[in-house]
Amino acid sequence: MPTASSETSTGLLSTTPARSTSTPDWFRIRSEAAWTEFQSLPLPGLNDEHWRYSNAKKIELADHAQAKTPTAEQSKAALAATEGLKERAARFVFVNDTLIESDTNSLPADVVCVSFEEALKSHEAVLQQHFMKGEQALGSNKFAALHLAHVKAGTVIIVPKNVVIEKPIEVFHWVVGDHAAIFPHTLVVTGDHAQVSVVDHYRSLEGEGGLSIAIADLVGGSGSQITYAACQELADDAQALHLSSITAGRDASVKSFQVQLGAAFSRSESVSDLVGQGARSDMLSVSLPIGDQIVDQRTLQRHKAPRATSDLLYKNALYGKSRTVFSGLIIVDEGAHYTDAYQTCRNLLNSNEAEANSLPGLEINADQVKCSHGSTSGPIADEELFYLKARGIPDTESRRLIVEGFLADVIERFGNSEVLDTLVARIDEKLLKAE
Amino acid sequence: MSLEIKDLHAQIPGREILKGLNLIIKPGEVHAIMGPNGSGKSTLSKVLCGHEDYEVTSGEVLLDGENILDMAVDARSRAGLFLAFQYPHEIPGVSNANFLRAALKARLPKGEDIDAVKFYKQLYARMDQLEMDRSFTSRSVNEGFSGGEKKRNEILQLMMLEPKYAILDETDSGLDIDALKIVSRGVNAMRSENRGFLVITHYQRLLNYIQPDIVHVLKDGRIVKTGGKELSLELEERGYDWVTEEPLAAAA
Repeated sequence: MPTASSETSTGLLSTTPARSTSTPDWFRIRSEAAWTEFQSLPLPGLNDEHWRYSNAKKIELADHAQAKTPTAEQSKAALAATEGLKERAARFVFVNDTLIESDTNSLPADVVCVSFEEALKSHEAVLQQHFMKGEQALGSNKFAALHLAHVKAGTVIIVPKNVVIEKPIEVFHWVVGDHAAIFPHTLVVTGDHAQVSVVDHYRSLEGEGGLSIAIADLVGGSGSQITYAACQELADDAQALHLSSITAGRDASVKSFQVQLGAAFSRSESVSDLVGQGARSDMLSVSLPIGDQIVDQRTLQRHKAPRATSDLLYKNALYGKSRTVFSGLIIVDEGAHYTDAYQTCRNLLNSNEAEANSLPGLEINADQVKCSHGSTSGPIADEELFYLKARGIPDTESRRLIVEGFLADVIERFGNSEVLDTLVARIDEKLLKAE
Repeated sequence: MSLEIKDLHAQIPGREILKGLNLIIKPGEVHAIMGPNGSGKSTLSKVLCGHEDYEVTSGEVLLDGENILDMAVDARSRAGLFLAFQYPHEIPGVSNANFLRAALKARLPKGEDIDAVKFYKQLYARMDQLEMDRSFTSRSVNEGFSGGEKKRNEILQLMMLEPKYAILDETDSGLDIDALKIVSRGVNAMRSENRGFLVITHYQRLLNYIQPDIVHVLKDGRIVKTGGKELSLELEERGYDWVTEEPLAAAA
């Protein structure tokens, strides 16, 4: 295993994160406490139920170091590679956790949409109220503590009551350099009946390895709508961890979409807390692992209020010797009557050597609930393939059509056309790579 | 120019189904193959298309002189052979329009794409002929279609792909009389002096609507009798038991 450069040879495990002197006291205190917590917490072991079929050592902390401030050339190259949406409300580009471009000109005036560093100065109260408030329920407390100890990049988006932002806000996080680690953060808070859509892109520019430990917290006020996509396309030898939480208030609707395309090891932990009556959370995911890629997905749907809906649909199309793990749990609290909660994971195995593991779970403590969970794994049906080929479509194209079709209902359910065009293009590109 | 099947033998593991089948279909002709259940009718259609469940042990199938038995399934289709399936498969998430575009694109030189405007113009015209609602363009291929809608969709594909030789496998099964008329109208619209048809059916009914030039009886993997369209009426009346092998027909 290659090691990081000499001045950071101890890696993320033992190098104390540096904080700038301008960091507010409250945040420095939390950050330092998190560093202590990180050091005291054990790495989750193989017997940890949240890491079944996976391995926390796949995130190689000792081999990575906090990413260095990018050079002018690196920033320029990252900007050039950031194609992005034509129609957008705002765009942020970070390279190695350093903001190199922000464009917020198309946003309504009363919307807060600032870099995390800026928010620390200007929106302390909001951060104090919402920033990393919950425990990590799915096994990554140690990694979350590391994130908090290092975090300095990302976006804080606060949409006031009744404000509707039509176009998406796009955020790019680039990692560059050998064994560089980034800690992107996203916080979205919507007021009553506000609407916003946000896309986080995680990408590698150059360099060996690379690690992203990202956290995205979405807090939806009453009747508000949040659409969120995380598109992970790090390099084949990188590692990615994405911890997200959704808190949906009364009649709020949050739609989240995890697109996992890159990294050697990519783990997502996605928690939806339905805290208000009539809240709704749609949890969607697509992954296309190839080669030796591992995709590790952990989800939790917590119904804490009555008449809420959560609907999870994860689809993985596996190639080569790739592996996926899906572990999902629905918990319906006492009193959360008339809950509708669904969880579906489907795996399409395009190779005999690919392996999909599913661990669905249900815990119901209320009455009058509609819950279901299901998981399927299998290869492309021979007759489906024969039918397409019998119309003259060559084998490779036929298989691609079937895989695209397999993923189509997730994509349709996400339904945000501007964002989707980009995501579908990225998915198609990966599909070509898979063949 | 013809689709020529010469002494075709085919089997599934442990059982020979086609036992020396001979048939020549010339462009412009409509041949019907009738026969009892288990005679090998559907096997013949699958073998011609290259379904991997069947092994061809001897014989040749020449499409305008070229032996297609060595060709992959998709290459046979592009060479001009079309099968309207008895049980069309559902392809979830793949829209009918995208499916047809992919099939047409596969016929173009590499790198070329079809003209979308012309494509939709033709597609809509064909759908109108088959009384298919426009919504079928965006619906997933055959998914949730009724039996009749699936068969119409097969004929739509036939109309769009314009093959040299088309095999219709039990296209009448599961169709009510109105649907049968519509489907037959579609097929008849595609009859031309440049296109040969092989209509496989269990019942004579379909042949009232798609009038064949030549009728064959398939029994136990061989064609045992060949005649004009009056033969189908006789079969309807008398069943298949009376038909015994005529050496002449088998050698035709």
